Amino acid sequence: MTDVHDHDTAAVPAVPDPIADPGLPEHQWRPTDVDDKAEKRAERQVASFFGLSALFTVLFLVSYFALDVEDDWTIVAGFGASTMALGTCLGLALMFIGIGVIHWSRKLMADHEIVEMRHPARSSDEDREASLAALSTGGAESGIGRRPLIRNSMLGAVGLLGLPAVVMLRDLGPLPGDALEHTIWGQGGKTVDGTTVPLMRVARDAIGTPILASDLEIGDLVNAQPEVLFNPERYLVDPEDVEGINLQVHKSKASLILLRMDPADIKPGRTADGGSRENWSVNGIVAYSKICTHVGCPISLNERTTHHLLCPCHQSTFDLADSGKVVFGPAGRPLPQLPLAVDDEGYLVAQSDFDEPVGPSFWERDYYDRF
Amino acid sequence: MVLLVGLLLTGGLYAAFSPAQADSATAADEELIQEGRELFLVGCAFCHGQNGEGVLTQGGSQYGPALTDVGAAAVDFQVGTGRMPMAQPGSQAPRKEVVYSDAEIEALAAFVDSLGTGPAIPDEELYSTEGMDEDELEELVVRGGQIFLANCTACHNFEGSGGAMPRGGYAPKIRGVDSKHIYEAMLTGPQSMDTFSDGNIPPEDKKAVIAYLNTLDEQPGYGGFSFGSLGPVSEGITAWLIGLGVPVAFAIWIAAHTTRSSKKKDEAQA
Amino acid sequence: MTVSDMSKVAATNGTEPATPAKSSKAAGVVANWADERLGLGSAMKKNLRKVFPDHWSFMLGEVALWSFVVLLLSGVFLTLWFDPSMAEVQYNGSYSPLRGVHMSAAFASTLDISFDVRGGLLMRQMHHWAAMIFIASMMIHLLRVYLTGAFRKPREVNWLIGCLLLLLGTIEGFTGYSLPDDLLSGTGVRAADGFMKATPVVGTYMSFFLFGGEFPGDSIIPRFYVMHILLIPGLLLALIAAHMLLLVYHKHTQWPGPGRTQENVVGYPMLPVYMAKAGGFFFIVFGVTALMGGLFSINNVWKLGPYDPSKVTAGSQPDWYMGWPDGLLRIIPAWETHLWGHTVSWNVMLPILIAPPMFLVILMLLPFIESWVTGDKREHHLLQRPRNAPTRTAVMVALMTFYGLAWAAGGNDIIAIKLHLSINQITYFMRAAVFIGPVIAFFIARRWCISLQRHDEEKLLHGYESGVLVRSPQGGYAEKHLPLPEAKAYTLTARDRDPEVEEVDESLTGGKGRRARLRNRLQKLYFADNVQKPTADELHDAQHHAEHELHELEGQIAAGPNRHGPADH
Repeated sequence: MTDVHDHDTAAVPAVPDPIADPGLPEHQWRPTDVDDKAEKRAERQVASFFGLSALFTVLFLVSYFALDVEDDWTIVAGFGASTMALGTCLGLALMFIGIGVIHWSRKLMADHEIVEMRHPARSSDEDREASLAALSTGGAESGIGRRPLIRNSMLGAVGLLGLPAVVMLRDLGPLPGDALEHTIWGQGGKTVDGTTVPLMRVARDAIGTPILASDLEIGDLVNAQPEVLFNPERYLVDPEDVEGINLQVHKSKASLILLRMDPADIKPGRTADGGSRENWSVNGIVAYSKICTHVGCPISLNERTTHHLLCPCHQSTFDLADSGKVVFGPAGRPLPQLPLAVDDEGYLVAQSDFDEPVGPSFWERDYYDRF
Repeated sequence: MVLLVGLLLTGGLYAAFSPAQADSATAADEELIQEGRELFLVGCAFCHGQNGEGVLTQGGSQYGPALTDVGAAAVDFQVGTGRMPMAQPGSQAPRKEVVYSDAEIEALAAFVDSLGTGPAIPDEELYSTEGMDEDELEELVVRGGQIFLANCTACHNFEGSGGAMPRGGYAPKIRGVDSKHIYEAMLTGPQSMDTFSDGNIPPEDKKAVIAYLNTLDEQPGYGGFSFGSLGPVSEGITAWLIGLGVPVAFAIWIAAHTTRSSKKKDEAQA
Repeated sequence: MTVSDMSKVAATNGTEPATPAKSSKAAGVVANWADERLGLGSAMKKNLRKVFPDHWSFMLGEVALWSFVVLLLSGVFLTLWFDPSMAEVQYNGSYSPLRGVHMSAAFASTLDISFDVRGGLLMRQMHHWAAMIFIASMMIHLLRVYLTGAFRKPREVNWLIGCLLLLLGTIEGFTGYSLPDDLLSGTGVRAADGFMKATPVVGTYMSFFLFGGEFPGDSIIPRFYVMHILLIPGLLLALIAAHMLLLVYHKHTQWPGPGRTQENVVGYPMLPVYMAKAGGFFFIVFGVTALMGGLFSINNVWKLGPYDPSKVTAGSQPDWYMGWPDGLLRIIPAWETHLWGHTVSWNVMLPILIAPPMFLVILMLLPFIESWVTGDKREHHLLQRPRNAPTRTAVMVALMTFYGLAWAAGGNDIIAIKLHLSINQITYFMRAAVFIGPVIAFFIARRWCISLQRHDEEKLLHGYESGVLVRSPQGGYAEKHLPLPEAKAYTLTARDRDPEVEEVDESLTGGKGRRARLRNRLQKLYFADNVQKPTADELHDAQHHAEHELHELEGQIAAGPNRHGPADH
């Protein structure tokens, strides 16, 4: 016994196989090959499958025209009849063709296994040599090896053409600038054309009405928006700026969670300049960004008893009594808090914009510790 | 029965508007409250205290919270959905079979209502959409859907099938629940739920949410069976089990050996 | 090559040898015309009777192929009505609970397809189900190829193509389910924006460029649409074509067995049997998706409503194939670094930007790592049973365990409500389990394989358990073992012996030496405890011994009072 050593190939002990290959077993006939009755039966079965398929195709067509959609759906047993009937008929029409064809192949088509020899994937030595020779002839005739000036200048020129491909993508979108640092809450209190814009009122999301501080009871949670989204004129904003995509952009940063709790529960944190957030709440009403600081899902799953706010996407949990501190989950930063006040008419307003960017983290973002 | 409801409403309104004078109710109210007190002492006082003042555990946490200012609506919801009396104390009160009869619930509600302030049991016209014309109702449903998506789906799921909350808590399924109980839940914030008082979501908008939930209940399955309405998780499981399972079963059939005959062809033909 | 005996097929095909029928004159003219221009004759000669081996597991890739065809067909149908625009419209269609609501044209047209186009909802649901089946079948096909060793030389390139197909299929799925612009998919796109912004230095720019401005912008749906219906399907088609061409060139692998060797391929010819089976299977897969599309609702976007960045729903999950990175994203601790006015979000980068690409690279490298460790550079056309490569099998089981745990973590909220557990506790458990689970699974899988190998050896040497109990005159019971049929025994032995571990060349120093020693150690671990098939002598001895024992037992029984011995059975 000698080990076969290829320089590349691990040594596989060349022990003879314990059992010799008995070879392909003898072919055995199927009942359909030797029994006329069985054969006829199989033939009828296959044809029946195709017949069933045709039947379901007809039923599909009938359902298509007979069953209503649009604002007066045909309903059967609490289900949309059109979808169900079309799907079932189409599915069965298709499956019976498949079953018929497969049954045909299994029962009636010749079932002799045949043997085909394999060839190694690698090409023969002669072919390899011929290819190499062709390559070197081609290379020599072009003179690419002998003329480095041509070769290098060509490579450089072609390589440079990659730049237009990259540069042309520049206009995919505008540069970020400081867009992520501000929200539309900052519009309140601005001066536009010499007029001072009133402080931004907090409005109920979807309903659109501003909220009086006296409206809320302890335990109330309000999903809120800046009032400008519903009443742009009051804040000297062009209505177009709060429509369509602009509206979506504003909502993705300005959405707010308002919660009224027992004022004694609130542990005011610190502001960016080290001051206290004591006056950021009104009668136990606090306001936080609704956009999660992890990857930006809106969060409003609040537990009234604990003031813990949970994100439904990745379960980050924030304590709204403690400056939005992360108490659980993957979020790396507390929720930004919006400083609240009350205007002359008793409505809740934002003292200013958020004092930090809202939403998911990004590279240019700064952070201050508020605890 | 009608009389009772009427009385109860009067009592509730009384309680809402003049809580300080709740004890000067009419004689019929007094009787109902007395009946409720007796039921309360037997069934509720162990956790909530004899006068609904709440019971603290030795560790200082609440055994049963104070009920002095929860109002009749809270009792009607908690007892009317079987959440109270609880099988065991805890922050989550699962929905169970209702233990008290309607009359008993009314009595309990009247008693708790007499303990202090709190919302009354809502009048049926606050949540019922009966008698609205079609266009009006459609508009209400659309509005309700938007309010529902803004305020409720985060915890209760877009189909109202419920969701998980921190530390083992959950927001229950809210489909197939009485309109009155939905209204009361918004009003009182049962267990860990936030309250949506009338100052938060006005009564008309609460009605809109309920109208939307009712259309969800009545809505046919346009696209066929849904699996627990849990979204992509149940869909993924279905895709693997049926979408892949059935083709694999067919593949096994396709590649399986067919039956063989021991006969030879010539013999059969001979 | 044996010429199949066509004289004995079912009588309907004719009992006479099947001779080509006299083709009609017109057909002959057309065939001649085509062949003189395209040379079809030579190409068809080679391939029409090409042999494919039969085994159910060889059809898993076909499920993927056929569901891709369903995706193309149903997808084309959907494009006839879908409007990939984020322009705001006021919905005024048939679904009354959303009438009057402002939404994107994309979402409105999705509602129109669902409610106003007959069969539109069916096609939407079929498209979605087919997408899920497409990716699921690719994954299960990948597992089959890996666990049977079908990825080995010369098929490594096809393994790489397959991995790319899986990646592209996943991206195709994500861009596809984001198109309706509904609340759930919009939340997914919102998260994708967060992922991009988490990229150090350039993240904000990437986000602004992709979205055409600040999130959500008005460009993401049209851009995803182009990727979804043109760019990625084009790449998928090209790679699928390459995948199939290589399959034809290499010829399919086969299971070892009598007459099935490294040098041949045994099975049924393309025409007619394989064409019928594969073609029939296409109709089956198509039919299954149609049934699912008609009976099982998926992604009821009308209940979710249009995307609104201020709204969210409980149970916000991506489609299942995006579930495992989402799971990692859920269990990652709150790691974020704030330094010199900059933020580095490890809590997003690790689970999304680092782990999934790394997982893909590991997957793609598996064939090369294995061949480097084992030193096996030979061509392989016979498949291995998973038990006969215990370490390989265990590696995949470990990867599957990791994947499965991360996947389960992605559904932690659903698990919490369905099993009455706490999401917090599930999360803590998963944080440890994704690391410990795969290691435990590795060892269990490996030892399991080896014990199965021992069981095979047992059967070879001592025969199989016949189920016949015999009692000796002394009162002892024993089960009669009978030798395996020859074909079965041959199949069990038709596998390679593991190579002997080479000694390290001690003269090697530096990096080369370290690599050689590492490889040597890995090789030892790779083959450790594997059971080798018996040699001819061992087999002979064992059989002799077994026969002797049986003979003795039968002799005792024959001599004893109880004559109902095994011979009676």
